[in-house]
Amino acid sequence: MSAPAIRVSGLGKRYRIGERVRYKSLRESLSNAVTRTFRGGRRTEETIWALKDVSFEVAPGEVVGVIGRNGAGKSTLLKILSRITEPTEGRVELHGRVGSLLEVGTGFHLELTGRENIYLNGAILGMKRAEIDRKFDEIVAFAEIERFLDTPVKHYSTGMYLRLAFAVAAHLEPEILLVDEVLAVGDAEFQKKCLGKMGDVARGGRTVVFVSHDELAIRRLCSRSVVLEGGTILFVGLTEDAFSRYRASRHDPAFSVDLRTVATPVARITNAQLLLGGHSTTEFVAGQQPDLVVTAEVCERTYVSLEVLVRDENSRPLLFCPLGLSGCGQYDLAPGVYRFKVQLLLPQLASGRYSLDLILAEANVRFLDYVEQALVFVLAATALPATGWVFRQTRGQGAVLLDVVSSAPPEHVSALPTGLLRGPL
Amino acid sequence: MAAAEGRVSAGAPAEAVPVLVIEPGRRLAAVRLNELWQYRELLYFLVWRDIKVRYKQTVLGAAWAILQPLATAVVFTLFFGRLAGIGSDGLPYPLFSYAGLLVWTFFAQGLAQSSASVVGSANLITKVYFPRLVIPLAAVLSGLLDLAVATPLLGVMMAYYGIWPGAGILVLPLVLLLALLAATGVGLWLAALNVEYRDVRYVVPFLVQLWLFVTPVIYPASVVAPHLEKLGVPGWALGLNPMAGVVEGFRWATLGRTAAPISLILASTIVAIALCVTGALYFRSVERSFADVV
Repeated sequence: MSAPAIRVSGLGKRYRIGERVRYKSLRESLSNAVTRTFRGGRRTEETIWALKDVSFEVAPGEVVGVIGRNGAGKSTLLKILSRITEPTEGRVELHGRVGSLLEVGTGFHLELTGRENIYLNGAILGMKRAEIDRKFDEIVAFAEIERFLDTPVKHYSTGMYLRLAFAVAAHLEPEILLVDEVLAVGDAEFQKKCLGKMGDVARGGRTVVFVSHDELAIRRLCSRSVVLEGGTILFVGLTEDAFSRYRASRHDPAFSVDLRTVATPVARITNAQLLLGGHSTTEFVAGQQPDLVVTAEVCERTYVSLEVLVRDENSRPLLFCPLGLSGCGQYDLAPGVYRFKVQLLLPQLASGRYSLDLILAEANVRFLDYVEQALVFVLAATALPATGWVFRQTRGQGAVLLDVVSSAPPEHVSALPTGLLRGPL
Repeated sequence: MAAAEGRVSAGAPAEAVPVLVIEPGRRLAAVRLNELWQYRELLYFLVWRDIKVRYKQTVLGAAWAILQPLATAVVFTLFFGRLAGIGSDGLPYPLFSYAGLLVWTFFAQGLAQSSASVVGSANLITKVYFPRLVIPLAAVLSGLLDLAVATPLLGVMMAYYGIWPGAGILVLPLVLLLALLAATGVGLWLAALNVEYRDVRYVVPFLVQLWLFVTPVIYPASVVAPHLEKLGVPGWALGLNPMAGVVEGFRWATLGRTAAPISLILASTIVAIALCVTGALYFRSVERSFADVV
């Protein structure tokens, strides 16, 4: 095994709360110094660890993704690796020339022309002048801005600006490249082009650490990934497994109305939860049948039924349950607050994350309230008892296990004609 | 731990791979001049950007560089030269004050630009690594062009008054280097302080104004020295203000009427070097928190 290109050991970064947003005034410092002197020099400061005990290694030529929620420490990790900020503890070893790309167009100046900005931005990203000279034509061609080379970039369209910015960055050639979310800009076409270029970079034998929210990009580029949560490492390993772990950690127990797509003054859902044995929960194992409790406010007398849609982890509709239409759940309700309680008889589902759309409807007439992904639950990985095989959503074989009745061995019909006998494949 | 480890890189470089170790910083920082040297091209590009942008954005462009010291010299000549009758070492007062104001303007601009430079470069500092010292250095250096633009007028004025430089002109580069050191030293302190204490923004104009009056720009050092000596303070003590040495040295080098103010320049040089070294060390010791605070 070759020596790692990046070795991170016991890395931690502590921020004083408020430090990132506030600077001191001289007066404050002086008065603090005075109070400290009189109170015996004790300082009580609230601190948070943005990163704690983070250790992992990246082999030369490997492309590693870093995933995690907002605030999980991804950016802090990248900022330490790229020497923008210092760690509070721990150590990082980087074997090779390091280039970092935390945004495209760092240091671009609107008054300067495209040509001038290529040199300025290149120098800021750590390229030598001769290197920029050499790649100049290539950069211009990639950005497709030949005609506007001597126009100040303030006259560029957003698309041109981004293309130019990415073109400079993409021609950076360090041995270790640290990339943050740069693909999250521009239109779909441009993103595709960037992704293609990133793929070339990745295949070019360079070591890359890639932070992104874009699952597709990470899956395409990275064989291994690091999952961060709350500043610590949750998982290091194959990207596929990393996403499963990430998803499993990402469930939000709270009822959410962020995606309310239909709203009427007639009725609305005010709360919902999943109960198992009377306790609110969002994690189940296969075979458990949770109760769904939905609280709704009815403001005008109307017929109301509850409908539930289960979506898989890619938000594709999977199971639908229109209570009103199945003939057992349409009620004539006077104004007031009501609680619906139903038991979900889930079929055999693959492990992973699911979400529930909750709908109040006048059956087959209209929606009264429609909340997409109001609840999220996670089905823990469970092996099939007979073989130990685990059915995961990430396999791309759907999410529902189809049960069959017969499991008798195949019936022998007749022997093959001798001429057609084949050896083992 | 890791699953798919041990993949080997394509074409591992044969020469020694640079190893970079990142660890929590120690209390005392080194200036790391060699690293600064590695980034000299960035310094060049930043100076070039500052100049280019400044001249592109203003209507008068380079004319500002002349107008500022010239207008000030006219006002000084009227009020201090004519009305107050302040001495000028036997030189025509307009020439005397314009020469002083040339280097003074360079210094004042240097302080203004460099003190605001780090805060103004927040977008760079939070996104990419390079030695942060490059930023205030570029701010001070970009002022040299203004100085170069305004200097020919001094030559014209000298020709008009029939004053020719003596051998002192050979020392002019050293005097300018001293001006650069003084501006850099103070600029580094202010730039670093400004990140942590935003009061600095208000202090700088005030500081520059006061500093002008304690520097022999309006009056010659020869007016003040006797008063100091009467108090038992040697005349070179005036040089503890590094700009005193710069202004007097510049006048001597270009106009060359007085005796060489050697002790004054020596004192100023020592102070300017001390400011530079301490400024750079202070800057380095606080720069690690720049990205978190800016």
